[in-house]
Amino acid sequence: MLTLLLILIPFISSGLFFLIGKNIARPLAIVCSIIELVLALFVLNNYMSGHHDMLQMNLAWISSPGINFHIGIDGISMLMVLLTTILMPLIVYGSFNRNFENASTLYGLMFLMQGSIIGSFLAMDGFLFYLFWEIALIPIYFIILVWGGENRQKITFKFFLYTLFGSLFMLVALIYVYLQTPERSFDIQALYQAGRQMGLTEQAWVMSAIFLAFAIKMPIVPFHTWQPATYYTAPTPGVMMLSGVMSKMATYGMIRWILPMVPDAIQEYGYILIIISVISIIYASLISIVQKDFKYLIAFASIAHMGLIAAGIVAANTQSLQGSLIEMLSHGINTIGLFFVYDIIVLRTGTSEMKKLGGIRGIDSSFAFLFFIIVLSVVALPFTNGFVGEFLLIVGLFQSQPIAASFAGLSIILGVVYMFRSFQAMMLGETNSLTANLPRLNVQEKTILIIVVAMIITFGVYPKMILSITEESIKSLLQGIQ
Amino acid sequence: MEQLVKLVPLFPLISFAIIGLLNRKLTKIHAAIFACTGVLLSFVDSIMIFIAQLNHGPVEVKIFDWIVAGDFSASLTFLCDHLSSIFLLVITGVGFLIHIFSVGYMMEDDGFRRFFAYLNLFIFFMLLLVLGNNFLVMFIGWEGVGFCSFMLIGFWFKEEANNNAAKKAFVMNRVGDLGFLIAMCLIFVAFGTLDFTKLFSGGLLASTSVSNEMMTIITLCLFVGAMGKSAQIPLYTWLPDAMAGPTPVSALIHAATMVTAGIYMVARTNFMFNMTPATLEFVAIIGALTALLGASIGLFQNDIKKVLAYSTVSQLGLMFLALGLGAYSAAVFHVVTHAFFKALLFLGSGSVIHSMGGEQDIRKMGGLKKHMPVTYMTFLIGTIAISGIPPLAGFFSKDQILAAAFEHNKLLFVLGMIVSLMTAFYMFRLLFLTFHGSFRGTHEQEHHLHESPFTMTFPLIVLAIFSVIAGFIGFPHALGEQMGIHNWFDDFLKTSVSSVHTEAHLSTELTMMGITTALILIVIFIARSIYVGKGAIPEDEKVERKGLQKLIYNKYYVDELYNALFTRPVDKLSAFFQNFMDNKIVDGIVNGLGKTTTKGGSYVRILQSGNINAYAILFILAITLLFLIILF
Repeated sequence: MLTLLLILIPFISSGLFFLIGKNIARPLAIVCSIIELVLALFVLNNYMSGHHDMLQMNLAWISSPGINFHIGIDGISMLMVLLTTILMPLIVYGSFNRNFENASTLYGLMFLMQGSIIGSFLAMDGFLFYLFWEIALIPIYFIILVWGGENRQKITFKFFLYTLFGSLFMLVALIYVYLQTPERSFDIQALYQAGRQMGLTEQAWVMSAIFLAFAIKMPIVPFHTWQPATYYTAPTPGVMMLSGVMSKMATYGMIRWILPMVPDAIQEYGYILIIISVISIIYASLISIVQKDFKYLIAFASIAHMGLIAAGIVAANTQSLQGSLIEMLSHGINTIGLFFVYDIIVLRTGTSEMKKLGGIRGIDSSFAFLFFIIVLSVVALPFTNGFVGEFLLIVGLFQSQPIAASFAGLSIILGVVYMFRSFQAMMLGETNSLTANLPRLNVQEKTILIIVVAMIITFGVYPKMILSITEESIKSLLQGIQ
Repeated sequence: MEQLVKLVPLFPLISFAIIGLLNRKLTKIHAAIFACTGVLLSFVDSIMIFIAQLNHGPVEVKIFDWIVAGDFSASLTFLCDHLSSIFLLVITGVGFLIHIFSVGYMMEDDGFRRFFAYLNLFIFFMLLLVLGNNFLVMFIGWEGVGFCSFMLIGFWFKEEANNNAAKKAFVMNRVGDLGFLIAMCLIFVAFGTLDFTKLFSGGLLASTSVSNEMMTIITLCLFVGAMGKSAQIPLYTWLPDAMAGPTPVSALIHAATMVTAGIYMVARTNFMFNMTPATLEFVAIIGALTALLGASIGLFQNDIKKVLAYSTVSQLGLMFLALGLGAYSAAVFHVVTHAFFKALLFLGSGSVIHSMGGEQDIRKMGGLKKHMPVTYMTFLIGTIAISGIPPLAGFFSKDQILAAAFEHNKLLFVLGMIVSLMTAFYMFRLLFLTFHGSFRGTHEQEHHLHESPFTMTFPLIVLAIFSVIAGFIGFPHALGEQMGIHNWFDDFLKTSVSSVHTEAHLSTELTMMGITTALILIVIFIARSIYVGKGAIPEDEKVERKGLQKLIYNKYYVDELYNALFTRPVDKLSAFFQNFMDNKIVDGIVNGLGKTTTKGGSYVRILQSGNINAYAILFILAITLLFLIILF
């Protein structure tokens, strides 16, 4: 029941926004996002104290083809739900510094998105997962189309088609596995069993098809070309939802729908996926170095980080999986921080071209300081959340692919090059006409950045509280594979 | 004892937090008091630990579990043994003196509080580095000090040059850190733990069978990490640039403490290095070459801080030479004495720069002796100490290194000798040009010349005293036996590092000392005759230089080489990826596919009415159809 509520509340919230007047849109949005957060924490408390049964729910739904409304929560989905619900209030609050037209519709779409993303994290039925996966695409499409910047029609069209294209492969693969189930069921356990009984070649095809969908969504190279432009044109709340939360559907999906379903293929051909991911890391890091615009830089840096997460998941050992999960959380927190920094700067100066900025540290040192902590987390300095994830990922990856892991490690050097370069260009040096009279951070902006930084340091110094959520589930997942 | 160990890093962390949080609400004086007290308490604590350590084994203190994932676990645990207690004393002791000095030096600066906050944070991370009981905690400190170094090199962030220097330092350190990271991965895979006590005193290192090649790779990777942090070839070019930071920073971070982290790391893991003679050989060679390179560049530098910076590179090279020879305690001994005299020299140069109103070019100085007597006297002591003239501190530690080299490899010994002679030359050249002769700066500068305030001269005096006496803790073995003074330092470190006893004969040792000292005195005399006797001053940049001199004057063109080999190619490759690969090829294919599909789509345009309802109905129909197919 609790699990169902986790999905229902955002959907109900979403509905409310289409009914209410626009003057209460903001407070309502905050309240709704916080209710969901509190619920998630309550569920976490239940989960951690061992009440796992309460969190399962299996209703017959479309019974003849064997589709059930089966939702449930384990440590892995729990963390993903936490990620979504923690970020949501920040994204909502972050949107208050702009006056969006039809704000209530915007929030409605955002909550619709949250609901379906959470749905995809909780779905224990292949068809249900696919359904939530696709529904989530619709609101973000409209968010970018309506509130986006230049060229948005063309860009959203490409984005929509591209992701849809990938999803179709996933659908076909899921149906293929479904057809192998003896009882004809989309239930997760049935799919797992059917998948594992398939021959290696079949498994490899299924793996490739599903991976394609996820690789596009994350995205990793070479399936990424929709992403930079989409991120660039998307309004800040939209891009935060997209990169902070939605991209995790794909990495989560790999853990839930690839690893346990086609373990032999991963064992045998996983190295190919790892090589693609590692190329993605280096390629995207290198491109980040030459970015002139801060938003594009975040976009490419994001590709690099997602690549590392993907590689770690395929490596499939305790360290790499724990690392990938905590890195997903960190990536969510950090990108939201970075996009918010971007938003603050653009609101004040009208540009995010880094060369045109400079000297902001001299004007507002606390802004520069908070921003810098986020930068440090992105470059994985110890005692930031970014380090814990990246370190575990590299140690884990190293155990299965030492050479690939060493190349992936190059990201700790390249990351410094592009992140420090951008920080230096925007924050250090002398001020110019654009930045000389920059207003200092207001309370709302400061609050958000402080929360982000507080999470970065807390999870970096004491990651155990996060690691312990997923510990058990990863253990049983790995047992299932072997 | 455990409580004491826990408290050491806590004090500077607290003072950092207080200054960082209150910032502008504190007056400068209050901020200074907090900062200095934090480090002072930590120093007193370190002394207490040291006294307890005199007749105590290693102490392990667990704070909390940090990263635990499956069979990987790294907790925040401290290990306090003889090796770390020596480093604690140096870090907090010298650190405290430099804090005091900074109060005077930075008083006029707007970023006074920020400066002390970072200085405190630096001490905290440095203490973590030497206290960590596993590689990962050491790595926290390792990266943490790198971060503080970044902030402090670029302290005056309005200058682009400072920011570039700071970034360069961090990036180069990261190159080394990748080595460290890979070493950690390898160690975990090979031994299943990153714990020092489990590996070394627990005997895991000895009982696990790991191939010799593997151990060599592990130690080499570790050493790559050390190269970055301790500025060895090829990762040294950041250190001279790091002089862009305020002078106390150069003294604390880029001379006395952080840059010796690499030496600490090798000494800490000496049991691993002992298993791999090939790596040790490599360490010795890199160390000797770096020592030579740094010293030779130092001969031609005209910036007072750059001379000292290259000198530091060179001295660190000597320490690695010692490590490579297996003379771990000699290396650590040189860390200690070097911390005293190099901090002294840097602070002395700071005092000079302060008085000169920011001028750092020694060609524009001269004759400062009479204006700044205390600075002069202490600087003189530092210079004698670093030149290795008995009985000052540098003599003893350098003598141990040279003795070890003499035993092991005569060529390395000769290199070490040449480095010593060069050191004496460039240091006395610096001293003579700065303090002797007549003043060569502007009239205004001359009018402004003054001795620094007591907060600045006091640390100079204390450091000078230690530069004189510190050597006696490591009295040469052969000579010591005759005179009944034993080498306390070697004995003390025995529990932490394996010692190779140099069985030098008394006569050999005495002859060596005699010859070395005589040669050094001759070199000093030459320097004096050039720079005081003839009153020569180094030529201008524009003067055409030839051959070797040109090569050295231009620092062997290493920066240019790195630009051509790494910086520019990476930029070009990135631009190529961005403009060609990404935009033309990858996206080209995607768009091409899209266009083909659209063309094909135009044939079924009849179905595309543009009516959303129609789409929805089609969508539902399709799904239903799909299920019908599946079901039957």
